[in-house]
Amino acid sequence: MKQATDPAKERYALMEKIQMVDFALVELTLYLDTHPQDTQAIQQFNQLAVESRDLKSAYEQRFGPLRQYGGSFSGYPWNWGDSPWPWQL
Amino acid sequence: MYTPIKCYQPYHGPFDPCPSRGTVCYQTPPNLYLGFQPPNLQQFPIQEALYKGTLWPALYDPYPTPLEKGAKR
Amino acid sequence: MWYYEKKLQYPVKVTECNPRLAKYLIEQYGGADGELSAALRYLNQRYSIPDKVIGLLTDIGTEEFAHLEMIATMIYKLTKDATPEQMKAAGLGAHYANHDHALYYNNAAGSAWTATYIQAKGDPIADLYEDIAAEEKARATYQWIINMSDDPCLNDSLKFLREREVVHSQRFREAVEILKFEKDRKQFF
Repeated sequence: MKQATDPAKERYALMEKIQMVDFALVELTLYLDTHPQDTQAIQQFNQLAVESRDLKSAYEQRFGPLRQYGGSFSGYPWNWGDSPWPWQL
Repeated sequence: MYTPIKCYQPYHGPFDPCPSRGTVCYQTPPNLYLGFQPPNLQQFPIQEALYKGTLWPALYDPYPTPLEKGAKR
Repeated sequence: MWYYEKKLQYPVKVTECNPRLAKYLIEQYGGADGELSAALRYLNQRYSIPDKVIGLLTDIGTEEFAHLEMIATMIYKLTKDATPEQMKAAGLGAHYANHDHALYYNNAAGSAWTATYIQAKGDPIADLYEDIAAEEKARATYQWIINMSDDPCLNDSLKFLREREVVHSQRFREAVEILKFEKDRKQFF
């Protein structure tokens, strides 16, 4: 893949990757809610959960916290409230 | 196999003021046919699933329904 | 409790400033079969349904809030820089008179959201059938909006939301199957 140099571009690219992985996690969550014994789906879910966590920490190091109430670490000064918010992106 | 769309001709009376809409169609999405989803169904790649709106081709229902070759809506 | 995450479930892009489309989209914001109704309906039904399907109601209800945020994002982007003249021309004059550029939970015809849009009968089958119907109605609403919209970027996000209704309906149908059968019987063979 081409290396994005523009930080805005990089933000969108990384966010898109997170959205892809997290979407599969949403789909597997709903599926497992009605198929709690599907070992293979559980395995895939756990793998993607690791991938999601790694992608988010990479994103947060560049662009600030994603998760509220201690789900993410804060920079200094407190940067939770920094723009852009999701609807501004 | 099922079709995701069904069409019919509504009755058009001689005194109906508007020209007939012709054929009228309604959607019959895959959730009407799949039953309890069987395990290990084929999946879209993760990068594609987001843009399909589902992880499973068996549940994917593009809208508007792609026309069959040569068909007119 | 809930945690907010600073991300949209799906990227929302809008091609042009078009408040007319926002007027229609409000149906899925504060309308009877909109995303607010969906989220509140499912999360509220959790307290009187067998434990087996509480997880599903929680997870679909939560996803509906992510959809509500996507709809809000579309309306925000379509109207944020619209002038009063443009709002008026788009049929949003009455909205502007009351709310300026603020979003509000009402339907496309301007009626405020009401709790009577949702049901909680306390009967698990009645409630799940209501949920299946709600998903099909929301799917249909997305179709009607897509049919009227000529914004390809917006339609891309709307098609995603429509597909989610199909998947949610599928899961609610499975929930009915789970409740229909004897305890601990395998659902697939």
